[in-house]
Amino acid sequence: MAASTSPHADLSAALVLEPAASADWLVILPVAWCLAIGALLVMLRRKIDWHPYIAVLGLAGLVLIDILLLRHVLASGPVTMVMGRWLPPFGIAFTVDLTGALFALTASVVALAGGIYSLADINDSGRRYGFYPFLMLLMAGVSGAFLTGDIFNLYVWFEVLLISSFGLIVLGSEREQIDGAVKYGFLNLVATTLFLITTGYLYASFGTLNMADIARKAEGLAGTAPLMTLTALFVLAFGMKAAAFPVNFWLPASYHTPRVVVSALFAGLLTKVGIYALIRVTVMLLPLQREELSFVIALAGALTMLVGAFGALAQSDFRRMLGYLVVSGIGSILAGIAVGGPGGIGGAIFYALHSMLVMTALYFASGVAAKLGGSFSLSSLAGLYRRHAGFAALTLMLAFAVSGLPPFSGFWPKVMLVKAALDIGAWWLAAALLFTGFLTTVVTGRFFLLAYWRDAAAGEGTTVSATISPAALLPLTVLVILALAIGLYPEPLLSTIQSAAASLAEPSAYLNSVFPGGAP
Amino acid sequence: MKSVIFRAVAPFLTSLMVLFSIFVLLRGHNEPGGGFIGGLIAVSALAIYGIACGVETVRRAIYFHPMAIAGAGLFAATVAGLISIAARVPFMTGLWIYPSVLGLEVPLSTVMLFDCGVYLVVVGAISSIALSLEERGGE
Repeated sequence: MAASTSPHADLSAALVLEPAASADWLVILPVAWCLAIGALLVMLRRKIDWHPYIAVLGLAGLVLIDILLLRHVLASGPVTMVMGRWLPPFGIAFTVDLTGALFALTASVVALAGGIYSLADINDSGRRYGFYPFLMLLMAGVSGAFLTGDIFNLYVWFEVLLISSFGLIVLGSEREQIDGAVKYGFLNLVATTLFLITTGYLYASFGTLNMADIARKAEGLAGTAPLMTLTALFVLAFGMKAAAFPVNFWLPASYHTPRVVVSALFAGLLTKVGIYALIRVTVMLLPLQREELSFVIALAGALTMLVGAFGALAQSDFRRMLGYLVVSGIGSILAGIAVGGPGGIGGAIFYALHSMLVMTALYFASGVAAKLGGSFSLSSLAGLYRRHAGFAALTLMLAFAVSGLPPFSGFWPKVMLVKAALDIGAWWLAAALLFTGFLTTVVTGRFFLLAYWRDAAAGEGTTVSATISPAALLPLTVLVILALAIGLYPEPLLSTIQSAAASLAEPSAYLNSVFPGGAP
Repeated sequence: MKSVIFRAVAPFLTSLMVLFSIFVLLRGHNEPGGGFIGGLIAVSALAIYGIACGVETVRRAIYFHPMAIAGAGLFAATVAGLISIAARVPFMTGLWIYPSVLGLEVPLSTVMLFDCGVYLVVVGAISSIALSLEERGGE
């Protein structure tokens, strides 16, 4: 029998043959862990009393795994594991670099905070609807999106988190929630479809879906492949996901309808997944085209900031206002992506991480305020400061953080972004950033004045509950402490982010991790 | 449904289709078939049974809640990927064992476990939808 017809072909040409180190399993473990726990919760659908505890323990485990993963990446650079031993680019690679690990860790911290807060917010009917399984599957999707090294796989994780988020947003099936869910669902489906079409287009041009392979081939294909079209389509698709102007309208229309903890998780996680994908694709895969498009992205960023800030100023509902502040923050991140360079990209990553923590905490604060004051409306909330000075102080710190005032976490990324914008001579972008900071200060000052400082008139500000549930206070306090700690001692995070941004712009370590022997 | 013929035939038809779905599931490794299509066949069997004899009968017959079946399938699929930790190979690598049962070599693999997981997810999720739609339709 001729050698070529033998069923036992030379496997070393197709498979990774060296044994996988145990530490490399950290790359896939966040996803597998969340999926397993989510599946377990679905199986235990009758034991709804157990759900919260299993989920909180599971999320705590996820934080631990992500900490270990970040340590591993810090120690040994980007880590790759290819599913089923197939060699990249044919096997689906999970490649984690510093950016992915930082985002995944922050997301898991936010999710753990949400899991604890949900003890106070999700009642038996919410549990029966399946809040906790949806939460775990959402985290599987979010972690997968941050950790994958394959662009089609990224699309799959987007779908996973989108489906789970549909489940979360209609939790309770109230009329308003269905209305919000339709707006949310429709635009997100359009964005996901656009992402899928663009990915198909990309595959037709490159013949590969592996991110490292794309990054390697992009320069060589600059003359022949329609890279500008691809980049523009990706920017539009991810911009929709991230709620950038002019495709931002779905966010304020839907984020105030679900349970507080669901809004908080969405504000912290979902738009940031869009931002992460935008950074990954435009900065690492198609850097030259990002350069070309930078003016468009900068303009969209500046308008997103201003629309968000002005929109927030016009709102009389606590949660609607926060929805606009999320949009405004996305604008600042886009500005960083547009400016580029270590300062711009570093600022964008830093701002995204800060925004994940602080926006989630602000939604928690709105939930606590509504529990104490009986309403989300700024015109009927009143006198919270007089009754709960400690809680008011926590909210004020968050207000400072979101406005970018020192000594909180919002200050440093804003400094980086303004400096980076001025360095390349985009004074108008720097002015927009500073003006947005000023407007946000006015917004937060306004709500603090109305809901907290103003004394309740007779018959106004009905008290629903006189005390704050510890399950709501704990995650809020921890997130505020994190924001304060990052603001006071930014050095370790800042240096990590700077090397993350540098390795995005110069991804040779990432490529080496996927293709250890150079060209395949 | 009122037809006596349909009601008399439905249990046989259902058992035949479920049997066929398992055949398609196991055949799927090397030939057309697999967990997804097998699961769909099983769901159509359950749907026929439900149309003939009522949704309550189906729910009693499958014993577990459809969503619990889907959860078990997802769990099985995840575990199928995680087994490769023990063999020190990357996630989702196909691993085979060949135990001999009554003198017959039976190839078992993590790939098959994964496919069974897919089968259960499809059976659980789609029958959950189908059964609740039939329930609403009967009101």
